[in-house]
Amino acid sequence: MSIGSRKPHESAVGHVTGSAVYTDEQRRPAQMLSVYPVTAPYAHARILSIDISAALALPGCVTVLTAADVPGCNNTGVIVNDEMLFPTETVSHWGQAVVWAVGTTELAARQAAEKVVVSYEPLEPVLTIEAAIATQSFHTCPQTICRGEPQLALRSAAHQLSGELAVNPQDHFYLETQTSWVIPDGEGHYQVYSSTQHPTETQTIVAQVLGLSRNQVVVTCLRMGGAFGGKESQANPYAAIAAIAAHKTGCPVRIKLNREQDMTLTGKRHGFLGRYEVGFTAEGKITALDADLYADGGWSLDLSPPVLLRAMLHIDNAYYIPHLAVQGHIARTHKVSNTAFRGFGGPQGMLVIEEIMDHMARSLHLPPEQVREQNFYHGTGETNTTHYGQEIVDNRLARVWAEAQTQANFAARKAAIAQFNRTHPYQKRGLALTPVKFGISFNKVCYNQAGALILIYADGSIQLNHGGTEMGQGLHTKMLQVAATTLGVKIHRFRIMHTSTDKVPNTSATAASSGSDLNGQAVKDACQTLQARLAPVAATLLGLNAPTEILPEEIVFADDWAYCRNNPDAQISFEQVIAAAYTSRISLSATGYYRTPNLTWDPVAGKGQPFYYFAYGAAVSEVAVDGFTGTFQLRQVDIVHDVGESLNPLVDRGQIEGAFVQGMGWLTMEELVWDEAGRLRTFAPSTYKIPTVSEIPENFEVHLLTRAAQEGVIYGSKAVGEPPFMLAMSVREAIREAIAAFGPPGTLVPLQSPATPEAILTAIEAVQAQSRCYETV
Amino acid sequence: MEFTKKEKPLKEKPLPQQPLTLLVNGQTADLTAVSPTMTLLHYLHHSGRTGTKEGCGDGDCGACTVAVLCTGADGTLRYQAMNSCLIPVGAVAQREIVTVEGLTESFTAGLTDGPLHPVQAAMVKTGGSQCGYCTPGFIMSLFAAYYDGSVDDIAIEGNLCRCTGYLPIRRAATALMQEMAEAKPCDRFTQRLSLPSASPDPPPSLLQYLGPQEQFYRPTQIPQVLSLLQQHPNATLIAGGTDLGLDISHQRRPFPVLVSLEDVAELRQIHQTETAVEIGAAVPLSQIQSYSQTELPGVFPSLDEMLVWFAATQVRNRATLGGNIATGSPIGDLPPVLLSLDATLKITGMGDRLAPYRRTLPLADFFKGYRQTDLQPQELIELVSIPLGITPGAVRRYSQSYKIGKRGTDDISIVAAAFVIDVEASGRIVHARLAYGGVAAIPARAIAIESALMGQLWNFTTVQQIKPLLLAAFTPLSDLRGSARYRQKLVVNLFEKFFVETIEGLEN
Ligand SMILES: Cc1cc2nc3c(=O)[nH]c(=O)nc-3n(C[C@H](O)[C@H](O)[C@H](O)COP(=O)(O)OP(=O)(O)OC[C@H]3O[C@@H](n4cnc5c(N)ncnc54)[C@H](O)[C@@H]3O)c2cc1C
Ligand code: FES
Ligand code: FES
Repeated sequence: MSIGSRKPHESAVGHVTGSAVYTDEQRRPAQMLSVYPVTAPYAHARILSIDISAALALPGCVTVLTAADVPGCNNTGVIVNDEMLFPTETVSHWGQAVVWAVGTTELAARQAAEKVVVSYEPLEPVLTIEAAIATQSFHTCPQTICRGEPQLALRSAAHQLSGELAVNPQDHFYLETQTSWVIPDGEGHYQVYSSTQHPTETQTIVAQVLGLSRNQVVVTCLRMGGAFGGKESQANPYAAIAAIAAHKTGCPVRIKLNREQDMTLTGKRHGFLGRYEVGFTAEGKITALDADLYADGGWSLDLSPPVLLRAMLHIDNAYYIPHLAVQGHIARTHKVSNTAFRGFGGPQGMLVIEEIMDHMARSLHLPPEQVREQNFYHGTGETNTTHYGQEIVDNRLARVWAEAQTQANFAARKAAIAQFNRTHPYQKRGLALTPVKFGISFNKVCYNQAGALILIYADGSIQLNHGGTEMGQGLHTKMLQVAATTLGVKIHRFRIMHTSTDKVPNTSATAASSGSDLNGQAVKDACQTLQARLAPVAATLLGLNAPTEILPEEIVFADDWAYCRNNPDAQISFEQVIAAAYTSRISLSATGYYRTPNLTWDPVAGKGQPFYYFAYGAAVSEVAVDGFTGTFQLRQVDIVHDVGESLNPLVDRGQIEGAFVQGMGWLTMEELVWDEAGRLRTFAPSTYKIPTVSEIPENFEVHLLTRAAQEGVIYGSKAVGEPPFMLAMSVREAIREAIAAFGPPGTLVPLQSPATPEAILTAIEAVQAQSRCYETV
Repeated sequence: MEFTKKEKPLKEKPLPQQPLTLLVNGQTADLTAVSPTMTLLHYLHHSGRTGTKEGCGDGDCGACTVAVLCTGADGTLRYQAMNSCLIPVGAVAQREIVTVEGLTESFTAGLTDGPLHPVQAAMVKTGGSQCGYCTPGFIMSLFAAYYDGSVDDIAIEGNLCRCTGYLPIRRAATALMQEMAEAKPCDRFTQRLSLPSASPDPPPSLLQYLGPQEQFYRPTQIPQVLSLLQQHPNATLIAGGTDLGLDISHQRRPFPVLVSLEDVAELRQIHQTETAVEIGAAVPLSQIQSYSQTELPGVFPSLDEMLVWFAATQVRNRATLGGNIATGSPIGDLPPVLLSLDATLKITGMGDRLAPYRRTLPLADFFKGYRQTDLQPQELIELVSIPLGITPGAVRRYSQSYKIGKRGTDDISIVAAAFVIDVEASGRIVHARLAYGGVAAIPARAIAIESALMGQLWNFTTVQQIKPLLLAAFTPLSDLRGSARYRQKLVVNLFEKFFVETIEGLEN
């Protein structure tokens, strides 16, 4: 069950029996308190006064936390200090937590929170990107990445188009809401259990608000019930609140947001506004692009700069654009502070270029897949180099593209669909093929490092620690496989330990799809260190019965046995080696470490090698659209995706399928709605709809690209968490094909995102209106 | 009436009561200190059974699914999947449930090497869990379906998973179906299902569950219900609790006295007479579904169709017809169907002199305004009567319903519509019903359009002529689900779709 096997998730049995423990399901310590927020009824308002006296009078209310209770810094900003934990002057989004009641039970805390009286003076809010542009409300200066002379090239282009696309935001909707426990030890130290993707940052923020050094705080993540980027920075404030409550009361404190709180308090995928001017040839070759990307940052900066940067670095997707300028802006609005979410800005940038590809294709009456393909990065040198100057060393676009067409039987189905559409006036089908190229590595170079710690006990059992967190993506499973393979032992020897900052310090977030790339190498490194120590021990043991001396270099560890390469029949057990190592006073624990080589990024020039490599994929989707209602049905999906040499095909397939469906939800049904006052109206699954099983077609084929080993990556594998998310763009484009079929050929299809039934019906009406124009001309 | 004004038997002479218990995974749990309005989910957590998860507390995610032992319409025992976040403990006292911890005996004992239940083994094998937080809910939905003999998408459409994209879970379901085709389930659960119910469902006598602050009554006869309502002016009726449960789950308002209808046998029956089908107000929707499929195949296509799109399995196992009507929502899905079928209600109440009375009311007269109905305090809906047969003189009935939401499955309607057109031999329309939800403050018929259709030929020209009128028939509002304009469009387009589909149906 090591590298390359379909080993089920390491906690699968725990999951299906309900025995896997999540943060809030640990045995509760005595006197554990709960907290509950008092939330702002305005998107933007000045706080005039806060009266907590009535709350304090309630039985069961222990205290009410205000800014005055913060022993350290009242701020949880992760890039800049602009995120007040307890706002003192103004509230900056509807539902913002102003103060927190602490109660003996959650109900008591809630009843106390309801008694807190806050008076406000409402202020004018900025609620949309357009309003932010109009009022010049931005977090940072604009960023630019430029290659060539786009404006010049635009003017000389045979064809020019301009357009705009509003890219919708998305709620993470992890099934387990934000949760933290903080247990003070009475000696000034704090043990934090948090459902966090970034234990080190949670540790940093908790230390910062408590005014402690980091060694006073230990953050442990047992496992997460889903995260998707939503627990990269967003877990921190809640751990911080619980820590302040624990500090003030001396008691253990728990916090678990309910769904409504989670959806109103936490940041989401950034909504974007993309504006573009594009120049292209009569054959549909793009020659120039000038684009502005506006990200809705929300009230504080959070992770918006790197999210925006990734959008800017992915506005090319798979396409070579000789002259390209992209300007990025972060709007400051009075909404939740938007954050990391699977793809981290990449999807938003890529959706804009796919919109452009379609726009070009339809205006030239060319098949969209043809226009896409002929714009691919290709060859070597300039035509295979991104707008930020990174050469695409191992370009697999042509391969995934061709294989996806074959797997999906694309050409024949396209013809059959055209035939179907001719005879069905009220229902149209659409088929679309879209590519994905996604850069792997954190843009911030220093995050590309990882550590591991392996402890072997004298009985031969092993504990495996590494810096990555488990959120369902199967990282722990893969790490066990890497460790077992490298050390040459059976996987059941290992116990994977909870991720904890007292085992591996200064870790990076488990994010950017990098979990197994980084931690895998660190685990491998630790295993190799141990093996180097064990090999002489094994050589000595085996040498006792051997005619000639055995050298440590000749020792092979495999499947719980050690033997000499030249004589595999003479074996000794791993236990024997460990017992002997112990008595020979050999250290049985080791750390491992890894940093990704060859990364560079010059933020001023907007140039460098920010990515270690790229992941590729292509997807074909077929839909049927109902002309009366705008509802659609996804009929078939065929995916070819490049995961390198899969560490675990079961896990990787699960990532591809799950990401695709999440992406499909984003683009078709997950609509966040705010009212004119900036109040989120969709804060529960009754109003915010993510896909169910019934939206998934029976025909859903995933093919892992074969012969795909990636050099320099752990066991030839590739990152898989995020890239497949963007394969779902094929669903949006298939819907657009179907809508187009309601009008004459060459009809432009303005389609909002998400493509809800209402948006689709509106688009159908638009193409039908165009057809009426054609008829009357 | 069994008692008179002076007796007030319930308040002054409490019936001897057996201790309040709940059988969880074969173990008797004592409910004495537990408030009857605590949700079953919270109770499980408070008693240390944290395997069952909370993903929303709204009935929408299924993470909290448990299996409740119920007596089916045919009298046999079944496990039914239900959302424990919407069930007050009072509703399951004296009942038997299975939670995820109960599937493997050794796991409940804290061991980790016991044999997995086939449902669990299938999910492990196919990679059906990633983060695992939704998994206990899926396991319990699959578990209930496994003993029902049909493990399919419908069994799990009420369970959200954000990680897997459902494909491996569907593979697990498919594998289970194959296993079941080879050998029918035979284990301690099938054994349990073959025994008589330990606690008869519904129980023979009134159950009263008096918590420190809240009281929960489960009467078994209509007169008991009426008398409880009379004694407790602050009482609230609860049937499946899938509307009320939201308030209970979020503790949004106090419920000092809840009177449950779920044990009242008279309210849980479906009768057919010569001229009508009478559906008891407290019959769960899933039971109406199976009744309609077996006893009335093809008779009410619009009802069958709407029930498919109504919530999901866990909710349909609890939700009732009476609740859907009494709640008076403008976006309830069954009122448009029932309006189109000219359904009438039988309403029961207690008169001034404590004499019970019954009245009959066309459903069309029941809805008075936004969430206002003709139901008087201390009245209850007893049954819904749907006429059988088509208009005299007609030769054919066209009837269908449609529901449009942002998501096809388990969503609240943007617009729901139900249509009935009866035509005579000449092809002229002799009876027309166009009923809609989501376009007005109440579920409403387009009465002017119905009249305009009378005597017209049921053809393309008529439909085109009626469209402009229909567009102006309602002035819906915009909300988070859809704009007024979209709703107006749907009012028209759904009718046209109905026409096109009936004609296509004829051609096929
Ligand atoms: C996840 C979810 C999905 C849902 N999906 C849908 C959907 O698709 N379509 C839809 O229409 N609804 C939907 N609902 C709403 C709800 O399920 C229905 O309205 C259901 O029919 C209510 O029935 P109940 O028995 O659960 O009512 P309860 O919650 O028990 O009661 C509702 C109200 O009716 C009163 N009442 C109940 N029975 C009677 C009676 N016999 N006489 C007088 N008063 C009575 C109660 O006092 C209460 O005020 C959904 C709810 C949830 C939680
Ligand atoms: S917790 Fe989501 S349905 Fe019960
Ligand atoms: S496995 Fe994570 S939500 Fe289903």
